Amino acid sequence: MKRHTPLDYKGRNKPVWCAGCGDYGVLAALFNAFSQKGIDTKDVAIVSGIGCSGRLPDFIKAYGFHGAHGRALPVAIGVKVANPSLHVFVVGGDGDGLSIGAGHFPHAARKNIDMTYILMDNSLFGMTKGQFSPTSPCKFESGSSPYGTLEEPMDPIALSLIYGSTFVARGYSGPSKIDALINIIREAMEHKGFSFIHALSPCITYNKVVTFQSLNAQVVDIDETHRIDDRNGALALALHEEKLSVGLFYKITKPTFNERLVVMNEKCGKRGLDIERLYAKFT
Amino acid sequence: MTSDCVIRIAGESGEGIVLAGEIVTLALSRAGFNIFTFRTYPAEVRGGPSLFQIRAGAGCLRSQGDSLDILVSLNDEARDGNLKDLKEGSVLLWDGTSDVQWDSPADKDILSFPIPITEIVSREVGVYRCKNMVAIGALCNVLHFDYSVLESVIQEKTSKKGRHLLEKNLLAYKLGFDYVETHKTKSLPCHLSPIGKSEKLSLSGNEALALGALMSGCRFYAAYPITPATDLMEWLALELPRIGGTVIQAEDEMSALGMVLGASFVGQKAFTATSGPGLSLMAELIGMACMAEIPSVIVDVQRGGPSTGMPTKTEQSDLNLALYGTHGDSPRIVLAPTNVEDCFYQIMNAFNLSEKYQVPVIVLSDQSLGHRKESVRRPVMADIKRGERLRPKGDESKDYRRYRLTPSGVSPMAIPGEDEGYYVAQGLEHDEYGAPCYDPENHLQMTTKRFCKLQDISDDIALFKRYGKRDARIGIIGWGSTEGAVREAFERLNTEGYPVEVFYPQVLNPLPDKEIRNFLENKKSVLVPEINYTGQFSMLLRGKYLKQVTPLTICGGVPFTVKEIYSKVRELCDT
Repeated sequence: MKRHTPLDYKGRNKPVWCAGCGDYGVLAALFNAFSQKGIDTKDVAIVSGIGCSGRLPDFIKAYGFHGAHGRALPVAIGVKVANPSLHVFVVGGDGDGLSIGAGHFPHAARKNIDMTYILMDNSLFGMTKGQFSPTSPCKFESGSSPYGTLEEPMDPIALSLIYGSTFVARGYSGPSKIDALINIIREAMEHKGFSFIHALSPCITYNKVVTFQSLNAQVVDIDETHRIDDRNGALALALHEEKLSVGLFYKITKPTFNERLVVMNEKCGKRGLDIERLYAKFT
Repeated sequence: MTSDCVIRIAGESGEGIVLAGEIVTLALSRAGFNIFTFRTYPAEVRGGPSLFQIRAGAGCLRSQGDSLDILVSLNDEARDGNLKDLKEGSVLLWDGTSDVQWDSPADKDILSFPIPITEIVSREVGVYRCKNMVAIGALCNVLHFDYSVLESVIQEKTSKKGRHLLEKNLLAYKLGFDYVETHKTKSLPCHLSPIGKSEKLSLSGNEALALGALMSGCRFYAAYPITPATDLMEWLALELPRIGGTVIQAEDEMSALGMVLGASFVGQKAFTATSGPGLSLMAELIGMACMAEIPSVIVDVQRGGPSTGMPTKTEQSDLNLALYGTHGDSPRIVLAPTNVEDCFYQIMNAFNLSEKYQVPVIVLSDQSLGHRKESVRRPVMADIKRGERLRPKGDESKDYRRYRLTPSGVSPMAIPGEDEGYYVAQGLEHDEYGAPCYDPENHLQMTTKRFCKLQDISDDIALFKRYGKRDARIGIIGWGSTEGAVREAFERLNTEGYPVEVFYPQVLNPLPDKEIRNFLENKKSVLVPEINYTGQFSMLLRGKYLKQVTPLTICGGVPFTVKEIYSKVRELCDT
């Protein structure tokens, strides 16, 4: 196989993110994970929704789908089911995945579609210049919450576990954890099933609360004693953490949607289109 | 034998009206008759009036029939509520005994024939839900129809429910038949004795769409359950896996269309079907498909609206949504099949045009068309022009430009997995490479490119029906499932010496302008029949062709009768 350096995966277009944006870290981690895996990106499809992080497919040399706000997961399901040989990635922000597109997350997870969903969380809406999002902390002041938000934030890791993801991890795009993020993405790619990565990816322009500085102080590696095959344990870790644990929360092997589909099709005697048989149903 | 007979089975939802109707329909079809059915039922699973109407005849049938030759009612409400539709000399079979006091209306010559349906099932069958089978038995005798043909259809259709129930069904059927045999006092006027074996298919609009999709090469379907499109999904869920295809029940309609776009992006022919509320939810992604130029097919089996509206009733009120729904200037193709057979051909056209022009295609059916059965000739595959997706050739994939400006507006589309074809299917306005670009010149150029694709469609396939004398001064122009009633009215008017010309475009966007202008040119009056309140097609015609037209709109959730069209045209002729 031809060797690829991370730079080989750079797309035709230069990123449009603000200098210092956390999303650069995620992009770099993807380049590195691709390079370490040596994958040929003609077989990679990256699907995104709308938002700063949704622009990511434009910056990678791969097939991309920059779709409608919140609809990345359904599109990716169509891609993976229709062509199981592709490596499918979904990237999008906390607004895309947990607000406008929140209805799709549980269904992609419980189908156990073999793909990797990287939720790039900056705890606000960046593209529209700083409104609170589903992961903004309570009382968060923003353009649309000048007196502070009235609601509690969502917990993407806990949700993902409950929804039935078979791989749940958290990464951080800060320099101190970039190698860990590369490793997580690589592991997620190796995982057969729906792998979810909650990637903390701060907005340096509009978020003055959740910042590289605040995250640096909060992130902590998951303890080595944590059992990754224990969903209750993973959930307890997600719900009760005082700091933000980084690493693999949960991983289990289950048949994927495509695998089950193949079995079902075999069972109903997969064959070619027999028009006469179909006509007979109507006579 | 009468040339043509209209039978209605009426009762309450839950009394097995639909099953009874389907059994009689299939038996008549097997006996060589052409059939045309109509059904209406409440949105709820139990309760509320339900009816199944079957028109059967040796000749060509294009509508459900305006009035009834036979009414079979399973309860008093059904009897009283449907009386008005009985014609002179018709037969009424109703649930009752001769000692029940009920006088048939004096203003009509109706042969009232009480059958003690409830009594028979409770005393002799012991299973209350076999009422419909008693009714079928009685009907079989009244029609002079072949006992064994119906019997075998009952066996086929109800054997899955267990041996016990099957035996009870057959007993009930026999008792109904025998009751008429021993109690008929005079010769009954309706005769539908079998006339031979038919090669035709007994097919509903939804079934024809599903079958046509498979034959178009479609192997991917995603949808969310919604009346009256759900049976299309159920049929495909059974059949697609057998040929290696996939049906996904999505969590909502946005997801369903999203999956279709994803599958199409990787090169599969994919489609979804829905009804009005679902099409509303899909609107945003329709725009995405226009912008990113992704082939996709969306079927809308229209129902009464707005909002939840009347899920089980028919209407043609989604025309505007199909033509314009989604923000921005968004080119799409809209097709409207005119009958069940046409459903088969228009879904094929939908896939072919969608692939060829890389646009979303919306197919407008409706509840009455989707759920009615018609006798359909076996489709001829050779009649269909194949449209293939334009793919990059040779050097094109070096420096690949997904949205390359071409004279036709259609650009070669690479498929993931191909070397060097990298691009981003782009919902943002973009340049030829697919890179986001907001330059004023570029937006104009790209919008022009996307619209330019639609220009030659009307030349590509002649998607319209036009019949009648060209020099007729009265015209009828309409769309979709109303064509059947119009055709029958047209034939009657023709025989009576009223010249009328009829035009039915099966492509509603882009309209076949040249032919429509030619059609409108010499008309004194143009009637536009539509099943919606506002006359959506009338408004389109007026705006586009600056021609005064006369809308004929109905808004009751049921299809046109032939008489409604006929009378209105007579009115126009006489003014």
